[in-house]
Amino acid sequence: MKALFFVLIFVVIAVACWQIVKLLGLTKVENQTATEKENNINGWLMLGLMGFIYCLMIYSMYGGKEVLLPQLSASEEGKHIDVLFKLTMTLILIVQFTLQFLIYFFTFKYRGTKGRKAYFFADSNKLEAIWTITPALILAGLIIYGLWTWNNVMDASDAKNPLIVELYAKQFQWQARYAGKDNELGYANVRFIKGTNTMGVDFTDKNAADDIPLVVGEGKFVKELHLPKGRKVIFKLRSQDVLHSAFMPHFRAQMNCVPGMVTQMAFTPTVTTAEMRMNEDTKAKFEAINELRKKKGEEPVEFDYLLLCNKICGSSHYNMQLKIVVDEEADFNKWLASQKTFAQNLNN
Amino acid sequence: MSDHHHKETFVTKYIFSQDHKMISKQYLITGIVMGVIGVFMSMLFRLQLAYPGKSFSIIEAFLGKGGEGGVITPDMYMSLVTIHGTIMVFFVLTAGLSGTFSNLLIPLQIGARDMASGFLNMISYWLFFLSSVIMVASLFIETGPASAGWTIYPPLSALPQAMSGSGLGMTMWLISMAIFIASSLMGSLNYIVTVLNLRTLGMKMTRLPLTIWAFLVTAIIGVVSFPVLLSAALLLIFDRSFGTSFYLSDIFISGEVLHYKGGSPILFEHLFWFLGHPEVYIVILPALGITSEIIATNSRKPIFGYRAMIMSIIAIAFLSTIVWGHHMFVTGMNPFLGSVFTFTTLLIAIPSAVKGFNYITTLWRGNLQLNPAMLFSIGLVSTFITGGLTGLILGDSALDINVHDTMFVVAHFHLVMGVSAIFGMFAGVYHWFPKLYGKMMNKDLGYLHFWLTAISAYGVFFPMHFIGLAGLPRRYYNNTAFPIFDDLLHINKVITIFAIIGGLAQLIFLANFFFSIAKGKKTSKNPWRANTLEWTAPVEHMHGNWPGEIPEVHRWAYDYSKTDEEGNLWGGQDFTPQTIPIRTGEEEF
Repeated sequence: MKALFFVLIFVVIAVACWQIVKLLGLTKVENQTATEKENNINGWLMLGLMGFIYCLMIYSMYGGKEVLLPQLSASEEGKHIDVLFKLTMTLILIVQFTLQFLIYFFTFKYRGTKGRKAYFFADSNKLEAIWTITPALILAGLIIYGLWTWNNVMDASDAKNPLIVELYAKQFQWQARYAGKDNELGYANVRFIKGTNTMGVDFTDKNAADDIPLVVGEGKFVKELHLPKGRKVIFKLRSQDVLHSAFMPHFRAQMNCVPGMVTQMAFTPTVTTAEMRMNEDTKAKFEAINELRKKKGEEPVEFDYLLLCNKICGSSHYNMQLKIVVDEEADFNKWLASQKTFAQNLNN
Repeated sequence: MSDHHHKETFVTKYIFSQDHKMISKQYLITGIVMGVIGVFMSMLFRLQLAYPGKSFSIIEAFLGKGGEGGVITPDMYMSLVTIHGTIMVFFVLTAGLSGTFSNLLIPLQIGARDMASGFLNMISYWLFFLSSVIMVASLFIETGPASAGWTIYPPLSALPQAMSGSGLGMTMWLISMAIFIASSLMGSLNYIVTVLNLRTLGMKMTRLPLTIWAFLVTAIIGVVSFPVLLSAALLLIFDRSFGTSFYLSDIFISGEVLHYKGGSPILFEHLFWFLGHPEVYIVILPALGITSEIIATNSRKPIFGYRAMIMSIIAIAFLSTIVWGHHMFVTGMNPFLGSVFTFTTLLIAIPSAVKGFNYITTLWRGNLQLNPAMLFSIGLVSTFITGGLTGLILGDSALDINVHDTMFVVAHFHLVMGVSAIFGMFAGVYHWFPKLYGKMMNKDLGYLHFWLTAISAYGVFFPMHFIGLAGLPRRYYNNTAFPIFDDLLHINKVITIFAIIGGLAQLIFLANFFFSIAKGKKTSKNPWRANTLEWTAPVEHMHGNWPGEIPEVHRWAYDYSKTDEEGNLWGGQDFTPQTIPIRTGEEEF
């Protein structure tokens, strides 16, 4: 019933719109295209719209700056991406400012008047050639640089002594497993899931015993994933049920977790959590956040790296996260040594 | 054909009509109804994003159990974004846009009595209607409508255990879409055959208005890619109901291992995006075609670079079928394949840039008649460029990694295909309303509608790029679970306010549209002083479009403000309809 009431309100508003116009006597139609007055008003308004778009762009870029991710990429690979991103963004902004200016300025300048004669200008091979070849050249540059970056980021084959970590996704939590001493993950499949073996590891595989799981039993979740600074980390991603996506925006890293498949991504962390907390961008952002939280009466928070799920995976998709801690390599090794392997867990 | 005088009953004239003009109106009205539902849904979930957890009686009123206590539930939120996407992309911007304008304009602009097969055309509309009914009906079922996103990636969409919307709701979605695809294919085949075979005397392919070129190429893309979606949907139905493993493998859910083995969700993604990406162009090309026609007419100038425009439409269509992988850079696809798709994707920027520059050059030194249709067309050029440029980021595999599936993507595609195509549709309605209904729409309401819509479109989607760059994923029910997104809430509020203004502004359009049908001023035969053939047909609709002979065509559609050697306008007026023979001393363009 209430819905009907709202629909009725909408209808009333629509009828009111029409009646107001009728009362104002605006329904007359003499010139069916557009009168000189209409052209004039709309021409000026178009210029105004350009102003609005420019203001929005400039304001968003300044006002929006502090909400963005820290400028400093937390991974070696992310730095390449950032350079390419800045280059592309600069190009986009130049083109955007120029073309929008042309559109709205021409609309304003050539708004119809009685005396104006349009200029019959139907074709020019020269012009067409210019604006086919120019974008082609610029794009050739972007493509080549982009592919070079892509190969750099995706290729982990030449990494020396990488750390191998498995990320395991399921509705709606992350689990993880380090490859242990032999630096090889034991085979796993959902068909081995039983009791405390929540990741489905095949314990008959000789590589499995020294693996270090980050979850011990049902109901005990991983609190944080530790990574070493300065050592390449290769992530092997698996999913238990539906598609998920491991997204670590501070490291400029993302890869989907696909059931029935092992996917891979890799990066070298370069900034520890402690260092990132001292970063100017991060400080400014978290000061603003804590200011807001104070107003709402919430506890202040500190910066932490995050792993988010970024592929729609069900009703709690919006809250599937894992904290990441980047340590100095020595601290990391100490932490890892304090964790129990599968073998140790089983013996207990 | 027109010599027969069938006795038209109410049913054959208004319901099971085989006349392309009536079918066009049926598509338009159905599209508008679906559009109202789709836009209204977006306003509801925008409320949740700006005011997470706050109670709104309007939400409880419309969503019932999914909005208990006035707050949208996470499941209902997912359903809303899913159905909003599905309705807007397929039902409004594919069927509503192509269905309306291809049907109306193809016979009228090429000089044909009707579509090649009026019967097929009728079936096409009624299948579309049926699929709309099924889609809307799925909103009312117990377990809720489909909720796996409009891309319905399995396994989420395949397993009812994974999400309640993946039960009956998903089944209805698949049935609805299968029928929709059948409808779309019938429509497309009809369009192609009509354009190729039924052109009037003198209407060479190189004299076709750009609208027709756009509709023709759109129909071809549709015929090439929609069947692939149909097969994807069928295989999904098999997986869901008959236990096959096309897309599923090694799944453990709700405490048990499922029997599926050897399938791959990636296969579904390939099949889906083989339609999904061309679909973007199925949506935007007709809008660009409409815009080309309106900008030329209202600039009182020929469209600049007619041949380049045709070639870029064809180039876009060709490239659009080999770029689908750019939606899948981070799915675990081979990185080399990613490189190939980056290459082909960025190439699309070239024909798109050509089109953009040609529009701008058409405006240059024109005599612009800024009526509502023209404003929406110029608005389209503006949003198409704003949205298209960020494609350089998303199409570049390395850059896509960090913005993939974030709100940045949502901002990008809404501007480049959502807002742009809707602007094209509005422009088309304002421009061809006199042809559809024999009446004029109110211009002042049209202006008001444009200004509110344009400002709110930019107000909604421009700031959205920034919350995406801040790392906020799309399809998040709320972002309060992450303190790092706390400072995005005020931006979300701004977006929601603009979204509500923009949504309500559409009421102005609806009022204008329906009251003008009833009470609008009568139009003259050629109100915009345009060149194309449809304006030579009588205002009152008749079966067969023209009394007597179909007019013969002697020139292209863009002889606006053409002057002779002394600089005088030919014929003393700034337009020369296609039916006027080339004059002595005049050169055909």
